[in-house]
Amino acid sequence: MYYTKGPVVIFGVLLPLFLFLAFCIGRNLSSEFLIAGLVSITVFFSSTSVSPAVAPWEGQMRTLERIISCPVDVKTIILGDVLASMAFGFIISIAPLLIGVGIKTFPTNVPVLLGGMAISAFCFSSLGSLISAYPSNLPSTIMMISSLVRFPLVFLSGIFIPVFKLPLWGKALAYASPLTYFTDIARYSYGLKPALPLHVDFAVLILYSILFFALAVKLHEKAILVRIF
Amino acid sequence: MRAIEAENLKKRFGSVEALKGITFHVKRGEVFGYLGMNGAGKTTTVRILTGIVKPDSGCARVMGFDVSEDTLRAKEVIGVLPEVSNAYPDLTAWQNVMFTAELYGMSKREAEKRAEELLREFGIYDRRNSRVRGFSKGMKQRLMFCMALISDPEVIFLDEPTSGLDVLSARMIREKVLELAKSGKTIFLTSHNMNEVNLLCDRVAIINRGKIVVIDTPGNIRARVGGSVALEIRFDRAVELPAEFRSKKVGDKYVVYTTDVHEAFCSVADFARGAGVKVLEVNTRSPTLEDAFLSVLGVVN
Ligand SMILES: Nc1ncnc2c1ncn2[C@@H]1O[C@H](COP(=O)(O)OP(=O)(O)O)[C@@H](O)[C@H]1O
Ligand SMILES: [Mg+2]
Repeated sequence: MYYTKGPVVIFGVLLPLFLFLAFCIGRNLSSEFLIAGLVSITVFFSSTSVSPAVAPWEGQMRTLERIISCPVDVKTIILGDVLASMAFGFIISIAPLLIGVGIKTFPTNVPVLLGGMAISAFCFSSLGSLISAYPSNLPSTIMMISSLVRFPLVFLSGIFIPVFKLPLWGKALAYASPLTYFTDIARYSYGLKPALPLHVDFAVLILYSILFFALAVKLHEKAILVRIF
Repeated sequence: MRAIEAENLKKRFGSVEALKGITFHVKRGEVFGYLGMNGAGKTTTVRILTGIVKPDSGCARVMGFDVSEDTLRAKEVIGVLPEVSNAYPDLTAWQNVMFTAELYGMSKREAEKRAEELLREFGIYDRRNSRVRGFSKGMKQRLMFCMALISDPEVIFLDEPTSGLDVLSARMIREKVLELAKSGKTIFLTSHNMNEVNLLCDRVAIINRGKIVVIDTPGNIRARVGGSVALEIRFDRAVELPAEFRSKKVGDKYVVYTTDVHEAFCSVADFARGAGVKVLEVNTRSPTLEDAFLSVLGVVN
């Protein structure tokens, strides 16, 4: 399950870039802060771009029934989608790192950054897959739902506004968002002061990954019936 | 040993009772036809037997594996050609077949050998490196058949494999079915084409609105129409044949089923004289499976 299609590229690559440029222009921010933010937003958008699209496409192209007739279970299929989406997210996210290198902004802790990117890419892909369990074969419907989920998360996850500056309700929401924890890891990796201890960030991301993935499998098992009809 | 066992399968989709208790057995090496009109429940049955849909109640086994509990094992021994399904349009024919082989856990060597054999047999080997996007419907279906056979399955499910195909592809698929049957494979074939099941199947089940009406050999089902002869009559205008004739109207003709041609012929003549209609044409022929199908569905008065 290895495709990159038009809408995926637009939503996954160009959008975060524009969003981010719009945000930085006319502000006086440190390059570390910028690159850390850019990495977060790119990982998030790129890894949530492929996985939501796969299921409705498979349904619409009617390749789904062929696949589920083979001796593989839904878990394996979803895992395949998620891993493909994760790989896509991870590779795309190398770009902001290179931009960082270009403007002489280097991460101080590479293993933590890459580890964080990998686990978050998996976590966000699973989230994407979970979103696509909505039983519709119209890619546009799923894309719309996924945008509805993704944009608020970006604004709430401390990329643009640090979490400690948010009002109480905003903080509550921010801590419910998995992206907050990766943003924290990215900050840390670029030598900035993190809001939470590192192991908490990782633990939460892993928990969310398991939760999203398990839920995605459960819901997809149900959704398949509607998709093949 | 039985290849397929279905015991009292029931399935409901919302308010639609798609299957109302389906029971049948298919022996190893048998070609089993599953005949019914659109919406009768054929595809739902196939999906349950291939482990894609869970029945609400009842159970099904394929080669002894319970399809609900031992789903993966059951799927390993079967090959499926779904009714409406596609290969990946952006992959080539070869890539599609190899991808399927991978899902069946075949080794690359084995898969390549088998893929080449199958693609050659189905006449698409020359096009193996073209994307499926440009294939005709018939070619796509032949490719799907290759994909269904890649793992050399013991039991093969074909859901309306020839419907809407060009004559050549349809014939190729039918010939392949006979060939597979000869080599001892079990085949479950759904169709609404009487001719097809008559040609291919050892036994046929007729399903109507989620219930099996009859299971028998094509020959016996034909014989069920009652008489061994069908009398086709054309009058000069539309008439209402009395109920004592076992008859049905087909186009502008009336078909009367009888065991005694003389008796039936004279009665029809008497009727025509009495009603003042003219007989324009009379033919006798043996009843077809289609006659039988309509007859068991209660279309014959
Ligand atoms: N996934 C589904 N959701 C809702 N209704 C369905 C679904 N699959 C089949 N049905 C309904 O069940 C009945 C039997 O359908 P099906 O098994 O596809 O018939 P056939 O293959 O004989 O044409 C139909 O009335 C159909 O509308
Ligand atoms: Mg059908």
